[in-house]
Amino acid sequence: MTGTTTRVEATPPTAEAIEAAWQRVQLARHPQRPRTLDLVPHMFTEFTELHGDRAFGDDAAVVGGPALLEGRPVMVIGHQKGSDTESNILRNFGSPHPEGFRKAQRLMRLAEKLGLPVITFLDTAGAFPGPAAEERGQAEAIASSIKLMTGLQVPIVVIVLGEGGSGGALAIGVGDAVLALENAVYSVISPEGCASILWRSREEARTAAAAMRMTAADQLDLGVVDAVVAEPGEGAHTDHAATARTLRAAILSALRRLTSLEAEELLASRYARLRGIGAYLDTGAGATHPVEPPSLGRRIGRMLRLPGVPRRPRWSEIWPSDGGEDENERGA
Amino acid sequence: MPIKFPFSRRAGPSDAWTKCPACDAQVFNRQLERSARVCPGCGHHFRMSIGERIDLLLDPGSFEERDAGLEAIDRLGFHDERPYDHRLEASRVKTGLRDALVWGVARIDGQRVAIAIFDFRFMGGSMGSVVGEKLARCFETALAERIPAIVVSASGGARMQEGTLSLMQLAKTTAPLARLDRAGVPFIAVLTDPTTGGVLASFASLGDVIVAEPRALIGFAGARVASDTVGEELPDGFQTAEFLLEHGFVDMVVPRPELRVTLARLLRLLPVAADDGQEAAALGERPWGPLGALSGFAERLGGAVSETIGIEVDTEVAGNGGPATAGTTAAAPSATRSPDEPEADR
Ligand SMILES: [Zn+2]
Repeated sequence: MTGTTTRVEATPPTAEAIEAAWQRVQLARHPQRPRTLDLVPHMFTEFTELHGDRAFGDDAAVVGGPALLEGRPVMVIGHQKGSDTESNILRNFGSPHPEGFRKAQRLMRLAEKLGLPVITFLDTAGAFPGPAAEERGQAEAIASSIKLMTGLQVPIVVIVLGEGGSGGALAIGVGDAVLALENAVYSVISPEGCASILWRSREEARTAAAAMRMTAADQLDLGVVDAVVAEPGEGAHTDHAATARTLRAAILSALRRLTSLEAEELLASRYARLRGIGAYLDTGAGATHPVEPPSLGRRIGRMLRLPGVPRRPRWSEIWPSDGGEDENERGA
Repeated sequence: MPIKFPFSRRAGPSDAWTKCPACDAQVFNRQLERSARVCPGCGHHFRMSIGERIDLLLDPGSFEERDAGLEAIDRLGFHDERPYDHRLEASRVKTGLRDALVWGVARIDGQRVAIAIFDFRFMGGSMGSVVGEKLARCFETALAERIPAIVVSASGGARMQEGTLSLMQLAKTTAPLARLDRAGVPFIAVLTDPTTGGVLASFASLGDVIVAEPRALIGFAGARVASDTVGEELPDGFQTAEFLLEHGFVDMVVPRPELRVTLARLLRLLPVAADDGQEAAALGERPWGPLGALSGFAERLGGAVSETIGIEVDTEVAGNGGPATAGTTAAAPSATRSPDEPEADR
């Protein structure tokens, strides 16, 4: 398997690109944008929300439960933002704690046990970064959720609804078909976070948004999403019901394809999909320090420390550290 | 900051000294080298290069690097204060590496392993497509050759310059781990300073055993972010290895001088499970025989297990890789196992 090899000339984003990218971010964050629980009644019947991670608590930033799609049961899981101050406080602005991801895992296991397809909705600025979340293992909760999804033996359809914010989004975002609404965005870190690290100023968030290529169209181009779903009129916030109708059709079409696969084929294609994402070049260059078995004479020479027999260089001489401590560089 | 003699471009570790950030002592680099880069005064663990890690952990001469030629590509055309390519080049010059991770097969105390090691000095050890691809190949080789996998992490997280391509490496590196689970191949994560962000939120948190170095910074979000978010003081030792041990997210905090023997012991204690039948002959020497650890356990104890604890031991399940799991294991990229290559020593 080889990765993508398209190289793009690096230039600072143009003013137009910045404007276009930021407009999408604003739409993705629009206060009236449909949230998971706004769309569910338009797409499914008999949705029954289940609560709690069976370990610590119930996280209102993640919702989920079984529902009927065209009369057949599925498991619905999604991030849930609020629509006003009160509901946003209840929902923690859609930023889950570990128990949110563990609830999602519990629901996915139930879906697998009963053979229900899983449908997830991504809409979060990111996993909550507070100390309590750290204490309860935010990273572990995300990691184990991702791992569970890579091996879950039922079809998974993922929809990026609004903000696909980093690991907190991906934690419920591994699937067989990943769809994005037209004005949704997906990124490795929030544009504000990226700007404060790489530009050393949160004011550059717009520039960072353009540089990260976070729009739905960009994600399609990068192979991160498989299809972009058009939004009605000026955007999904103008018509929740119409948005739900198009999404529902897209989900059904994906499910028709996926449910015809055996579990084995399904997992193999999900694996291949993930393995294929990334951009790298295999230069074919050999090992930095090829290890070849030394001749017997040389081995004996080394053992006896005979003069003229070069000793094997230590790896620390090939890749040394430069002595001191290094300045901190940040990733996401 | 390192202080070097001004006359040579690279003063070399022997004739320079470094100030310990923990105790302010001046430590000669030659001394640091002898002590595995642990401060002799206070025990502070300095960061290590990949070369130093190899020398510290692996049997001399046993490391064979794999996939050395993989190189990053600027797929996004990413330009912040300078182009991504320039940052890559600067890191390559600084470290002599092509990217932030090197992997290969090696031996620890004679036991064959697939091991991947990060270098934090290469763009903060950040995980982009190359790091993700190498890790996936490392895990896939562990699966194909049925040898344990080890990753020594030192990373700030996902590489922002690759956008969501780097975010997807969280899933790319995690997917093979689910296959290792089904195949009965152990994975040991060694977390060193620092292991944060997307690296901690993927494979690094998923070790069957997780070992951390003392006082290493280990956390999901930056400590400043965490403190700003709630506007309160952080608890003492927040996001240190010891903090994670206390909260149940790492198994042990091991000082560097004991790391090698600890890994060797874990490898002996947690052997690769028996393959489903085909290679049973090769497993004759295993401590609990070819039926696997659990059924061997049951044999020894006789009926005592089921009677007193109420556990029913089903030999078919205990024999590893029952029919339910065999299919998914077979879907693994067995093509990476070369017919010329000798079967992994067990
Ligand atoms: Zn010290």
